[in-house]
Amino acid sequence: MRVHTRSDLESLGAVGLAAIYPSRLKVSVGMATCGLAAGAEAVYRTLHDEALAYGLDMTLVSTGCLGYCQVEPLVDVRMPGRGRVLYARVTPERARELIAALATGELPAEGALATIPEEGLPPLEGLPSLEELPFYAKQHKVILRNSGWIAPTKLEEYVAQGGYGGLARALELPPQAVVDEVTRSGLRGRGGGGFPTGRKWQTCRDAPGAPRYIICNGDEGDPGAYMDRTVLESDPYSVIEGMVIGGYAVGAHEGYVYVRDEYPLAVERVTQAVSRAEEVGLLGKNILGSGFDFAVRVVRGAGAFVCGEETALIASIEGGMGEPRPKPPYPALQGLWGCPTVINNVKTWASVSAILAHGADWYQAIGVEGNTGTVVFSLVGKVANTGLVEVPLGITLHEMIYEIGGGGRDGKAVKAVQTGGPSGGCLPARLFHLPIDYETLTEAGSIMGSGGMVVMDEDTCMVDVARYFLRFTMDESCGKCTPCREGTRHMYRILTRIVEGQGTPEDIVLLEQIATWVKGAALCGLGQTAPNPVLSTLRYFRDEYEAHVRERRCPAGVCRALIQLVIRSELCIGCGICKRECPVGAISGQNKKPHVIDPSLCTRCRLCHDACPEGAIEIVR
Amino acid sequence: MVELTVNGCPVRMPVGATLLEAVQAAGVELPTLCYHPGLSPYGACRLCMVMITRPRRALVASCTYPVEDGLAVETEAPEAVTARRLALESLLSRCPQSDVIREMAANEGVTTSRFGAPPPERADELCVLCGLCVRVCREAIGAAAISFIGRGMERRVGTPFDVQSDACIGCGACAEICPTGAIQIEDRGNKRILHTWNTTVELHACPECGCFFAPEPTSFLMDMLPEAEEVWALCPACRRRLAAQRWVEQGRLLFETRSNYECE
Repeated sequence: MRVHTRSDLESLGAVGLAAIYPSRLKVSVGMATCGLAAGAEAVYRTLHDEALAYGLDMTLVSTGCLGYCQVEPLVDVRMPGRGRVLYARVTPERARELIAALATGELPAEGALATIPEEGLPPLEGLPSLEELPFYAKQHKVILRNSGWIAPTKLEEYVAQGGYGGLARALELPPQAVVDEVTRSGLRGRGGGGFPTGRKWQTCRDAPGAPRYIICNGDEGDPGAYMDRTVLESDPYSVIEGMVIGGYAVGAHEGYVYVRDEYPLAVERVTQAVSRAEEVGLLGKNILGSGFDFAVRVVRGAGAFVCGEETALIASIEGGMGEPRPKPPYPALQGLWGCPTVINNVKTWASVSAILAHGADWYQAIGVEGNTGTVVFSLVGKVANTGLVEVPLGITLHEMIYEIGGGGRDGKAVKAVQTGGPSGGCLPARLFHLPIDYETLTEAGSIMGSGGMVVMDEDTCMVDVARYFLRFTMDESCGKCTPCREGTRHMYRILTRIVEGQGTPEDIVLLEQIATWVKGAALCGLGQTAPNPVLSTLRYFRDEYEAHVRERRCPAGVCRALIQLVIRSELCIGCGICKRECPVGAISGQNKKPHVIDPSLCTRCRLCHDACPEGAIEIVR
Repeated sequence: MVELTVNGCPVRMPVGATLLEAVQAAGVELPTLCYHPGLSPYGACRLCMVMITRPRRALVASCTYPVEDGLAVETEAPEAVTARRLALESLLSRCPQSDVIREMAANEGVTTSRFGAPPPERADELCVLCGLCVRVCREAIGAAAISFIGRGMERRVGTPFDVQSDACIGCGACAEICPTGAIQIEDRGNKRILHTWNTTVELHACPECGCFFAPEPTSFLMDMLPEAEEVWALCPACRRRLAAQRWVEQGRLLFETRSNYECE
């Protein structure tokens, strides 16, 4: 079927609605990469086989990510007339039991995380509803609105959730009005820079020259960040719809989705979504009878972090080496093939489709003045609840880490948080009252970045952290400009000296000088932000640097060269577990007698420390 | 034309010019490695850093920044000086053997590097990755025989797969333009050996005197030149001699046809 009119969309949506809310039992398994990594595929297979064995009248679907990645695999069971329950950490074993219970018409309480309230379904006693869970209570889903709720590549289901309503509305407006709507919404680039999206579009629209292009930047490469991946895997149509709207607004007829090849599922799903949209005419000639044509191509990135930088990404699409070039000229004036180009992040495009569907006023009401709307963070690290979190801009770091994240893991004190990926900064706990917005984070020495949020606790050495991130940016530097290529290497060498206990006070001075130089003189945004981990840890955790170079001491007990492992004889029960665990044979002692570690053999790997049932092994800092 | 100031001096520049050109027009010298007036701007060495002080402060590479009306540029702002010095200090640590870098660094007051020595396998490194060779080969010669390979500290220049290049015409422009003399080219008998590119090209022999003088792959140029091929097939010395002979002959002819020779 081809979709030409709004009523065609409605009938497509009706089909989707019946698929999302069938009259029979429906079981959905979250099968984005996070779910798959947690074993969702085996769970899905078990559910399938068992349901067949029981002859259960049931719909089994795979959906995307609900965000609560820590408790994956998540299974959503919807039983008409009975209720809807979300089960967490489902194993094949649990899946078998679940089907057995479902076959008797029962929704078991075991393993249930929450109930999902739905009109027409009776509430369930004794289970919190999903929105009441601390992890979800403060969240506001705009970008991730469909993620986990629909079958990602089923266009009908996307339309049933209001999808393509934004495009239908946009096509009824003059293009300039669409640009104005986006400008009025206050949307800013969600790739990290935070440039006003409407202004970028206006520049491109007013730029002389044709053709124009639309690019979706899906080259997310930050360690510990997977927001773009999830959006592309769980709701690809929201991005494609946004791109068509953008194309209409600026007068472009061709768009590129640039996805890194390390995201095979995202590539697969977005490719499927593109061909399905072409099939029904939501891409191609005369979209929705408006006379507007738009085509989308999927380009796979070959895995260079620097290709997330817009000019490098454009060079990569053109077939060149993924290297940034100086700006100005900005891509909005001279982008792909030298033509005016709007390049926005995956999350920006997913926001655009929502803004056009619900209007700028609706979007403006979310967040705070100057920082409207929502952002997605991947909350990871030493925090109790990890996962994908979407919040309105302006909530505090404290709310993020303690209310949504549930505070430190195992009751440990949170020391710092690193926002913005490898080129972000580390902010100390005393700044957790700060609101999350572009300006505040930049002022505090970090960046919004694309939305990584890594929580660190008392067991994290900040010098070691800075070195870890520097290692990443050093490896990923394209090497074109001197400061980034040479500077990151020298910073890494200095940091290595410091963690190895060879650092001097002059090293800290030189480190700060190099970091300031790279920040000011590097060619592209990635180089300019690469020293952020160093500068922010020097600013907030200088005492840790000082302890390393002046006292040869690692306060967090992380740096191997600066710690010693010692068995406290009064606690040791002589069980011998440490002796068996030690990979280098550094531990000796008789059965039931206190053991000792030979420091000359010990490599400070901490295996004994982690294995000791009595907590008798101490890290001497 | 736009008007701006460099260290307080007003300068008028055509639209599209760069800050570096404005700085040079004002008679101020800045160190550069990756800049060449005949090639596209590249902005990689970050030596020509200057401080824009108006309308708002920004540290920029002058070679890629377009001039704007009303800009005020300071070449000796402390941030700009520090940026230039640190860039040279890091290059000095990369290429301690390069006289050019040593001299450049000394001019900016940098004589030693706190950054340590390069790893032993790179101890005699001369390449500063300015990319002039890559750009001259692609933009001016049109051969595109060499390009960057690898990234970060692994970045270097080479031919595809580091083997004999079919695209290289052996012109030697890369070596000519290299600011640090990092590219080794040697003419040996009828061969030109481009050591750095693992490439050897045949040299064309002068039909008159037999000396080898031009790479064979450049012979296509002869078709593009106005004169007959035999002139260009000769080595420059023989060509001069031939030209001189013709002049002499023409002169004699002229003399013989006009009994009373007048020079006008």
